Amino acid sequence: MSNYPKPDAATLLEIYKKAALIKQNDERVIKQMMAGKLVMPYYSPRGQEIIPSALSVSLTDDDYICTIYRGIHDMLAKGFPLDALWAELAGRVTGTCKGKGGPMHLTCPEKGMMVTTGIVGSSMPIATGLGWAAKLDGKNRVSVANFGDGAANIGAFHESMNMAAVWKLPVIFLCQNNLYAEHTSIAYSRVVEKISERAAGYGMPGVTVNGNDPDEMYGAAKVAIDRARAGEGPTLIEAMTFRFNGHLLGESGGYMDKDLYADAQTKDPMPILRARLVTEGIASEETLKAIEADIDARIDAALTAAMDAPFPDLAELKRDVFAEEIA
Amino acid sequence: MTEIKKMTIVEAINLALHDAMEADPTVLILGEEVGDVQEGGVMGVTKGLSTKYGEDRVKSTPISEQAIIGAAIGAAVGGYKPVAEIMLMNFIAVPMDMIVNHAAKLRFMSGGQTGVPMVIRTMTGSGFSTGGQHSDYLEAWFAHTAGIKVVAPSTPNDAYGLMRAAIDDPDPVLFIENLPSYWTPAPFTKTIVPIGKAKVAREGSDVTIIAHSLMVTHSLAVAEKLAADGISVEVVDLRTISPWDRETVIASVRKTGRAVVVHEAVKQFGIGAEIASVITEELWGTLKGPVQRVGAAYSAVPFSKPLEQAHAPTPDSIGVAVQAALA
Ligand SMILES: Cc1ncc(C[n+]2csc(CCOP(=O)(O)OP(=O)(O)O)c2C)c(N)n1
Repeated sequence: MSNYPKPDAATLLEIYKKAALIKQNDERVIKQMMAGKLVMPYYSPRGQEIIPSALSVSLTDDDYICTIYRGIHDMLAKGFPLDALWAELAGRVTGTCKGKGGPMHLTCPEKGMMVTTGIVGSSMPIATGLGWAAKLDGKNRVSVANFGDGAANIGAFHESMNMAAVWKLPVIFLCQNNLYAEHTSIAYSRVVEKISERAAGYGMPGVTVNGNDPDEMYGAAKVAIDRARAGEGPTLIEAMTFRFNGHLLGESGGYMDKDLYADAQTKDPMPILRARLVTEGIASEETLKAIEADIDARIDAALTAAMDAPFPDLAELKRDVFAEEIA
Repeated sequence: MTEIKKMTIVEAINLALHDAMEADPTVLILGEEVGDVQEGGVMGVTKGLSTKYGEDRVKSTPISEQAIIGAAIGAAVGGYKPVAEIMLMNFIAVPMDMIVNHAAKLRFMSGGQTGVPMVIRTMTGSGFSTGGQHSDYLEAWFAHTAGIKVVAPSTPNDAYGLMRAAIDDPDPVLFIENLPSYWTPAPFTKTIVPIGKAKVAREGSDVTIIAHSLMVTHSLAVAEKLAADGISVEVVDLRTISPWDRETVIASVRKTGRAVVVHEAVKQFGIGAEIASVITEELWGTLKGPVQRVGAAYSAVPFSKPLEQAHAPTPDSIGVAVQAALA
């Protein structure tokens, strides 16, 4: 890991801005849900903020990502518009998907967010196809497949890693290993120590990094992205992390190891990065406060606009089933 | 509209793929053994394509049905028009998640932001003693899923014309080819056949048979035979199973007053139930008798020859149903 490229000060601040947006957005979603103002299944990405933030600073709007139900962090990091996000969460017609997708199916092609899936393991085959399209386009785009540790046990994971390797596609398989798949600890679902070891079976590089460490995550992502852009094929990155709010918001987490949970909390990546920015003189306390206040204001505006927006017309039931409406 | 010569369905589909790839550089082919190194597959349907259009556009895949359909979805979302082959229809059970949860739904769930303009070609049909896992008709699974179109040609003409239309369709199309009728030559005219339009394959006045694929051929044979007894049978070839052409079917049954729906798939919960039900709703009071349904026995396709022959509808069993409709 020592030979990985490191983020410079400006990039590190950029990573923090994205991560802070994710964290504050998560807190606001939960607040709205607790107040009964938003009703939806919510899979909090709290604790996993650094992974997509440190990845996305090396991506452009042209690059593709596919993600999963727990993917709001991936989207916000890549620039998903806040207004349309909140409107979609509220099921309003002003949402990116006109309220027909919801939290598990957020889509925003102009920012490269092509597919969000609620089916475990399904982001990989589709991202592979986007990688094929990217290669044919010849625009040096890359395609990122986000998924969890649980998804690494689905057949489609193996099929798509193999196909992407055989076809030398610009795909980054990004496993966000938060140690649990729903209520099941990884201890019950694999015998190898690292999921990244599986890359060897498909002849591609596989690395495990501390996904909560911006240096490691940025470096691994940058190397994989550069490799993909250079036409050298796919990489599997296993980013170790932890989810602080359980699987589905509202569950008690009784299956979790209490010591592990307590230890993870002491390693919450957000206060650590924040403190680092100050100690290294990258940003002052005042600057950070201003950044955070600005994020809050933007969320306020998005939330208000979403709640004021109308629900979709019932005619939407028949629309978008096919390109052309069918009686 | 040039009369070329007699052609088989295999040749017609091959020609359609050639013409589509030539007309549009975004048309892609993928599947097991589709390339010329593998001789264009067991049936040779894709022969010549990889040589002519290159291995970037015509990709032979590993045996990875989830990755094949996933890659096709990704490429489609990324702006291409892939034609993916699933060797035999029974194997479509493997990538069912990709088809039902993703290909069919991405347009709707994204509120129309993304579409999946892909074709899935697949072959099936009993009669080759292949037993339970290699010859099923499963069209009802897909007709029951909103967002995917289902077509099944019965002639080389329709095979060509529907394939061209399917490739240019903005939505996913399942293209079902009947293996036993693959090699029967028939007069051929190059035309585009619109999706969603049935064809009156034979005019008649006493009873209407509604069928698709090989069952059209059987029904025409029945009609020919009954004509000698003074019974005038009209045969409607559905061509597109979903969305099906209610107008043509209803107009025909309004004229004849009697209907028999025939399909090779198992009768229970088959598409015949839907069609019979709509005919009854629309024409109640003018029907001269209950709508008859003919389909395969409620069992897997058997191996033993006499059982296999008794399983699927034959001209004889269709004839019996027509007599019942006339009684
Ligand atoms: C194919 C499939 N099986 C089961 C489920 C139910 N399910 C939803 S999330 C989940 C756990 C997935 O865990 P992981 O891949 O580690 O992702 P994480 O939620 O931890 O981010 C399961 C089993 C599903 N959505 N899809």
